[in-house]
Amino acid sequence: MQAGKPILYSYFRSSCSWRVRIALALKSIDYETIPINLVKDGGQQLAIIEYLEETRPTPQLLPQDPKKRAYVRMISDLITGGIQPLQNLSVLKQVGQENQLTWAQKAITSGFNALEQILQSTAGRYCVGDEVSMADLCLVPQVANAERFKVDLMPYPTISRINKTLLALEAFQVSHPCRQPDTPPELRA
Amino acid sequence: MTESGKPILYSYFRSSCSWRVRIALALKSIDYETIPINLVKDGGQQFSEEFQALNPMKQVPALKIDGITIGQSLAIIEYLEETRPTPQLLPQDPKKRAYVRMISDLITGGIQPLQNLSVLKQVGQENQLTWAQKAITSGFNALEQILQSTAGRYCVGDEVSMADLCLVPQVANAERFKVDLMPYPTISRINKTLLALEAFQVSHPCRQPDTPPELRA
Repeated sequence: MQAGKPILYSYFRSSCSWRVRIALALKSIDYETIPINLVKDGGQQLAIIEYLEETRPTPQLLPQDPKKRAYVRMISDLITGGIQPLQNLSVLKQVGQENQLTWAQKAITSGFNALEQILQSTAGRYCVGDEVSMADLCLVPQVANAERFKVDLMPYPTISRINKTLLALEAFQVSHPCRQPDTPPELRA
Repeated sequence: MTESGKPILYSYFRSSCSWRVRIALALKSIDYETIPINLVKDGGQQFSEEFQALNPMKQVPALKIDGITIGQSLAIIEYLEETRPTPQLLPQDPKKRAYVRMISDLITGGIQPLQNLSVLKQVGQENQLTWAQKAITSGFNALEQILQSTAGRYCVGDEVSMADLCLVPQVANAERFKVDLMPYPTISRINKTLLALEAFQVSHPCRQPDTPPELRA
């Protein structure tokens, strides 16, 4: 590693990579990006975020209270285990081009139906109360996926509100797919 | 919580996700009540209005404990770990904890969701076996490789961890879908060692309140 900086293997458009980029930005951790053109299957990025949380605890991405932590993890797992893997590149390849859009939309609406309901009990300004947490890092990239797959977000006012609030924060902007070293020129902000 | 104050686990005997949590409860000697949710009968009891109000994800497991209801097996297990820390299911060292979570996430995010009931329904009966086998072999190829660096007696070193709770139910799924385990000697060895432990036995699908008579141990 050059100068001991962490190295992130990242794909500009991968929602999984974006979650980790947000965490690194929030914690002001300087890192190097090695762009990869493969999209890895979802889910393992939460292990990275929890490691960052335990070794660089400021600012916190998980609340202190165990019950609130459970809600944060539940929401994060819902997205990273329940939605994203079902609409990732390798699965979409398997279902065939003519089925891809319907398949992805189904995965997302199914998950968002549940998430919108859960947020009724957990959300404040953000997914869980009023502090940015790991759940929020999962939410924004998943909403971006929803938009890419033309999912109607009208049935999800809470998800939409929280997404909008988060996108105004700097960490969510600097980490955005349109601002990465490997963002193609036509998609660059 | 029940009148007696015991936690309530909503579980299906055969659900690998439910099994993970049952193992955790057994390891931590937490006494609980089971409310079985049959994922197949009546069009799937997880779709009932009653259950959906309790767990909007319409999935098992869900655990009612300490006045809250938690869904998602790893979120449940991490809550149990933080509130009932003995015995530990995550090592102390942050790097080892990262390995445990990485392996757990690989299974719970990278394999199981791709071969669960609702996805298999969507791919259609004639494609189900191939689809499930592909999801599992893909994931097990990666896992066998990772275990070369992390495994001791168990998935990460020599203590049972959350990763092991995810491994055993996933191997059972692999067997159900007739996946050849020969390419995965480390996974097989660890699975065998774990199945000898009491917590993995009492929580086994063949010993649950809702296990059908013909499958009962």
